[in-house]
Amino acid sequence: MQTVKIVVTGPFNAGKTEFIRSVSEIDVVSTERKISTEAEKIKETTTVAMDFGRITVDEDLVLYLFGTPGQKRFDFMWEILSEGMLGFVVLVDSTRPETFREARSILETFRAYAPTPYVVAANKQDHRDAWDIDDMRLALRIDPKVKLLTCVATNKEKVKSVLLELLYGILAEMEEDRS
Amino acid sequence: MALKGNLRDFTITQLLNLINLARKTGTLVVEGPGEIARVFFREGKLSYAAIEQEDNSLAAVLQRTKRITNSQYRLIKEKASRMSDKELGLVLINAGYVSQDDILVSLQQYFLAVVRRLFTWGEGFFRFDQGELYINGKITVRIDLENLIIEGSRQLRELEKLQEEIPTLDMALKFTDRPGTNLRNINLSVQEWRVVSFVNPKNSMRQIARATKMNDLEIRRMIYGLLQAGLVEIIRPAGVAPPAPGRIFPTQNKEEQKSLVNRLIERIRSL
Repeated sequence: MQTVKIVVTGPFNAGKTEFIRSVSEIDVVSTERKISTEAEKIKETTTVAMDFGRITVDEDLVLYLFGTPGQKRFDFMWEILSEGMLGFVVLVDSTRPETFREARSILETFRAYAPTPYVVAANKQDHRDAWDIDDMRLALRIDPKVKLLTCVATNKEKVKSVLLELLYGILAEMEEDRS
Repeated sequence: MALKGNLRDFTITQLLNLINLARKTGTLVVEGPGEIARVFFREGKLSYAAIEQEDNSLAAVLQRTKRITNSQYRLIKEKASRMSDKELGLVLINAGYVSQDDILVSLQQYFLAVVRRLFTWGEGFFRFDQGELYINGKITVRIDLENLIIEGSRQLRELEKLQEEIPTLDMALKFTDRPGTNLRNINLSVQEWRVVSFVNPKNSMRQIARATKMNDLEIRRMIYGLLQAGLVEIIRPAGVAPPAPGRIFPTQNKEEQKSLVNRLIERIRSL
């Protein structure tokens, strides 16, 4: 059995667990714990080690989706999770511009870990307060060449299109390497 | 027992706070990036500070604060190198070159500058040895730590924010490919120009900092400004092999890898 993995990262409460849950064929193996820090009590639980989802491709191939813990104090897990990844998705909460700087930092950190393709997904685009995708590109200082995609992590089709865009990017990079 | 630790876990500001509140007397030795600082405290007040790799003599301090000229400094170094700072201070006051105030103000400025420099060291080891100070012949002062602690906390917050923006200095910079941007039309400070002159995919930000003699905080400040202005972007340094990404594909064959990605695409489409 061959296995490959994609990492889903992003700041706290960006929607990483939901993202994986939307497409995983197994119940996401989650390491959620009750939140202890007052400042971060905008949701009940958070991921402390990783989320783990699976998509069986065929008899010989399985894709694993790993979600990183969002809280900064668990960032020692990031490097371990990024080891051997096919590519990564940086999920950003479009309604919380206060997390953009951290998203930028996470993006740079993952780029430093491995030179693999990535896409940025602007999550919660169905919310009324969501930032416009073009404004987010400017605020996050994302190069025009990098794919910044709209996303709703609870919507399977949206999640699929983010993963597909990442895979198209991986394929394009392989073609470039060949030529 | 000596207080020992790493600046990553216990910051200089926290140390100063501890020394201030406990009114400690002793010597703080900090081993930072390429430099070692010794800071002396008496009853919770800053008494003396020096960087080992620098000329910390009174003559050098007075020359840096322009209380004496370069030629006077050279003359003192030639003729009075064996004198202690206290002896030299008396000679200079008696000769009318400087006043007692000049000396004290210059030393205070220098000691404060040393401690401020420590605020910019994010990495390093420290040791605080409690007990009598062995600084014979040196002129000591008494500086309250409260203002320094407030200033240090501010700098720390700034550094933390900048570290979020620029998490590592091991990446390089390149000019953005934005048509119509002309550097000559942009007002940059002398310091920014110096950084700009080193912008090249071959130079890591750490190398630029070293070449421009800037510390972590200063180089991050400069680069953050250039990033915000959209003039530069962060890239992996040219010629530096990226970290081994580990085994990504279960096969080394390029065609098989491509087929694998295509199978993934087909599967996700069918979900």
